[in-house]
Amino acid sequence: MRADEDPAAGEAEAGLVREEFRQAHWNEPIIFEISQAGQRGVLLPEPEARIREAVGPAAELVPEGLWRATPPALPELSQKHVLAHYLHLSQETLGANLANDISQGTCTMKYNPRVNELLAADPRFAELHPDQDEETVQGILEIYHRFGRILLEISGMAEVSLQPGGGSHAVFAAARMLRAYFARRGEGDTRDEVITTVFSHPCNAAAPATAGFKVITIYPGEDGLPDPLALKAAVSSRTAGIFMTNPEDIGLYNPRVREFIDVVHQAGGLAFYDQANANGFLGVARAREAGFDICHFNVHKTFGAPHGSFGPGNGALLCTEELAPFLPVPLVAQSGDGYRLDYDRPQSIGKIRDFFGTAGVVLRAYAWVMTMGAAGLREAADVSVLNNSYLMKRLEGVPGLDHAFAGNGLRRMEQVRYSWRRLKEETGVGTEDVHLRVADFGLPHYFLSHHPWLIAEPMTLEPCETYSIRDMDEYAAVLHRVAAEGYREPELVRSSPHRSAAHRRKDDAALSDPARWALTWRAHLRKGNVRR
Amino acid sequence: MATRAHPYIANSSQQAKATLLQGAGVESVEEIFAAIPQELRLHRALQLPEPLGSEFALRRHVEGILAKNRSTSDHLSFLGGGVWQHYVPAVVDTVIGRDEFLTAYGADAYADHGKYQALFETASMLGELLEMDAVSTSTYDWANAAASACRMAARLTGRRQILVAATVSPGRYAVVENYCLPAIELERVACERGTGRLDLADLEARLSDETAAVYFENPSYLGAFEDQGRAVAEMAHRRGAEVIVGVDPSSLGIARPPAAYGADIVCGDLQPFGVHMQWGGGLSGFLAMRDEERYLGECPLQLFGLTETVAKGEYGFGKVLPARTSYVAREQGKDFVGTVTALYAIAAGVHLALLGPQGMRELGEGIVQRRAYLVALLRGIPGVLAPRLSAPGFKEIVVNFDATGLTVREINRRLLERGIFGGKDLSGEFSWLGQSALYAVTEVHGAGDLERLAEALREVCVA
Repeated sequence: MRADEDPAAGEAEAGLVREEFRQAHWNEPIIFEISQAGQRGVLLPEPEARIREAVGPAAELVPEGLWRATPPALPELSQKHVLAHYLHLSQETLGANLANDISQGTCTMKYNPRVNELLAADPRFAELHPDQDEETVQGILEIYHRFGRILLEISGMAEVSLQPGGGSHAVFAAARMLRAYFARRGEGDTRDEVITTVFSHPCNAAAPATAGFKVITIYPGEDGLPDPLALKAAVSSRTAGIFMTNPEDIGLYNPRVREFIDVVHQAGGLAFYDQANANGFLGVARAREAGFDICHFNVHKTFGAPHGSFGPGNGALLCTEELAPFLPVPLVAQSGDGYRLDYDRPQSIGKIRDFFGTAGVVLRAYAWVMTMGAAGLREAADVSVLNNSYLMKRLEGVPGLDHAFAGNGLRRMEQVRYSWRRLKEETGVGTEDVHLRVADFGLPHYFLSHHPWLIAEPMTLEPCETYSIRDMDEYAAVLHRVAAEGYREPELVRSSPHRSAAHRRKDDAALSDPARWALTWRAHLRKGNVRR
Repeated sequence: MATRAHPYIANSSQQAKATLLQGAGVESVEEIFAAIPQELRLHRALQLPEPLGSEFALRRHVEGILAKNRSTSDHLSFLGGGVWQHYVPAVVDTVIGRDEFLTAYGADAYADHGKYQALFETASMLGELLEMDAVSTSTYDWANAAASACRMAARLTGRRQILVAATVSPGRYAVVENYCLPAIELERVACERGTGRLDLADLEARLSDETAAVYFENPSYLGAFEDQGRAVAEMAHRRGAEVIVGVDPSSLGIARPPAAYGADIVCGDLQPFGVHMQWGGGLSGFLAMRDEERYLGECPLQLFGLTETVAKGEYGFGKVLPARTSYVAREQGKDFVGTVTALYAIAAGVHLALLGPQGMRELGEGIVQRRAYLVALLRGIPGVLAPRLSAPGFKEIVVNFDATGLTVREINRRLLERGIFGGKDLSGEFSWLGQSALYAVTEVHGAGDLERLAEALREVCVA
């Protein structure tokens, strides 16, 4: 049956689909185009006359040959015009706090509380320099220590570092720790392989490769779960470890995780747990009980800190007692009635960034946990998986839509990988078209899939605990609508978006052509790659 | 939870849950969790602190902890060395505080057109500062940008050795080392211990056909301008090596950019442009490179480009050479990429637009003038040697206290009693500098502040 012939679908949409949605479309010039010579956006404190008189002109204080004769050709705008320009750009961006962002599956786009922004803006935090005497930063050290202990309880691990700047960064640090661990045991040259699964996050393959490991990827069996036989064939005396996400990217929890870890342990390797998808098992299951040696949390996802248009994030890195000596330095330690930075860790891998991590993310996450408590975390897990199952049911019957490994009888946890393969085959409208079209109804573009696309025409949705029943009903209604359009009026979808902040790119190939790409305005002016 | 709905969880009421269960077709949430074997379960509640029952209580609790900090907003600070106290204009905080930017993430350049444009503009303004056409999206921090540059150079040249200036901070060096070992070896190039500049004879001796790149910073961590950039670049290029320069971009209103003296890849940090220090959490690295396919093709970071849309006269944006990233190519990609520091890059763009060319000029001029003034003030204090390194510098001054008979630690303790955060203690990091500290000045320091420091040091050192 065609969707537009289904009266129930139309009824379901009633009042839910934002028919009149129009995103701001300012057709905003590039900031250089609105520059007016001589305008200023801000005035800086000038050095006092007695300074200028005592030291003379600045040009004489810079080595000859290094003095810049012409100031950089930045745009010149009054303050109002800088503000207005960026407010226009902000209105052309659909942040999760203002949108129904069930869309960005695997990203855990939950509500980011405003009060935490007030706390992070407090000058007693914002204006701290990292080299201040420990005595003067006891407050932030205490926040690090408290939040670290909370994560240890949630994961069951023994020690924690909050230094990594995001999930991938934490995975990289973990890979470095494996190298250090095996080097210490005299196996540094022989344990040079890391195993991962294809539905684990791409960084589980890429970060160990950056750390010098050869990567072996396990593919799923017919049920969509990683194949234990493939794992057994992959392990050897060269195995340094397995890096795995669970529930995997497609929303399936691998129930044989313990067996996987045992196989790797028996081969002498270690097990790393990518907990980017932790939202659905907070307080339900822990890394420790599964037998992992090392794991991470995406603090900016699971713990309610904002994603910042793509960071700053934070990747909390946690491990067992045995691996703790290898964590990056410094760690935050309690001493007496205060806190200090512990650098005296001779087996540490050293540093993976300057200073101590994205402290603002840690502060916000601490505040978030303190409003949730143990019961609240469990509630977040319960509601996120219930939401997901609810939405999945609501999407049953959307024409052209299926989900990955349908019929395997397994429950999805907090997210689902769907597939528009049928829609594509039957109408020519694919997932990249649908994901653009949903923005015409006020929804953010959804996340398709990590690579490789084992599931054709993928779509990944994650209705976190902050979304309401109405949000999910709206989401389902929009997908019903767009699918129906796909059958009725495919060109409408294929040429979308129509009411978004910008229209479809003319030619993506231009972005991979050295003569036609422009990463900066000056490159554009040189190449003339865009006509206006 | 049962009595009061949690404000962050829409469906936490009993009524909503009943609807969810019914809609999901399950009797209880346990039916869903059944996928997780019992032996992997936590059969008890998490032992966490009691939650705070209200937003008011949360503020009281967290602000109570933050009150234990003393910050640069209530103390006079001369700490720098990689993160600096600059003034953050109100407009910057307003823009990056907008929920649209604050809570967006990875969506494409239609509904998130503005995010792409803002980041393209930041890259474009950096391009003007750097006089380079290709600028990446941001990475975690300067150290990570330098590490990426070194790995790029190794792939570009097929070589394994990176020569790193001795003046690079041990912290940053450790990060680069973590990214390079074991495939790529790092080797330190000495600096002139009187001036702080690179020792060209030592560089010449270490350069070989195995050298993938030379990495130095300008101004260096120790504050000195490097005026031999052209010579370094020529020496490196002659041996087929890449030239990587780290730069504090806030110097570029008055200093020539590294590309002008031959740099192939440039890195640095955006923190000076509108990002609060946040105990070092406010860092945001950038990479710029020659606008050539072979350079861009080795870059691990996301690259955003300006392009056309189907609508006439409309700008569009998209990802340049996406197939090289680990998002697409997994372990075959260039290193790895992940969530980085986009919000700070937006802040930097706003800040640069506010400053404009004249603001950048005044920022740089004011800093070197204040620095020179502080040097003049410190010169008169018995036992204090400032500057310890004679080359002209930008923000930082190495101040040596050997002749006072006091350690930097002791001096800083006494300064703290006077409400001053003294310069960073270098005695552990650079032992050849003896009891030296790294003092930084920026536009936030008035003449009175510098005089107050000099007066305090006189009391502390001469007493």
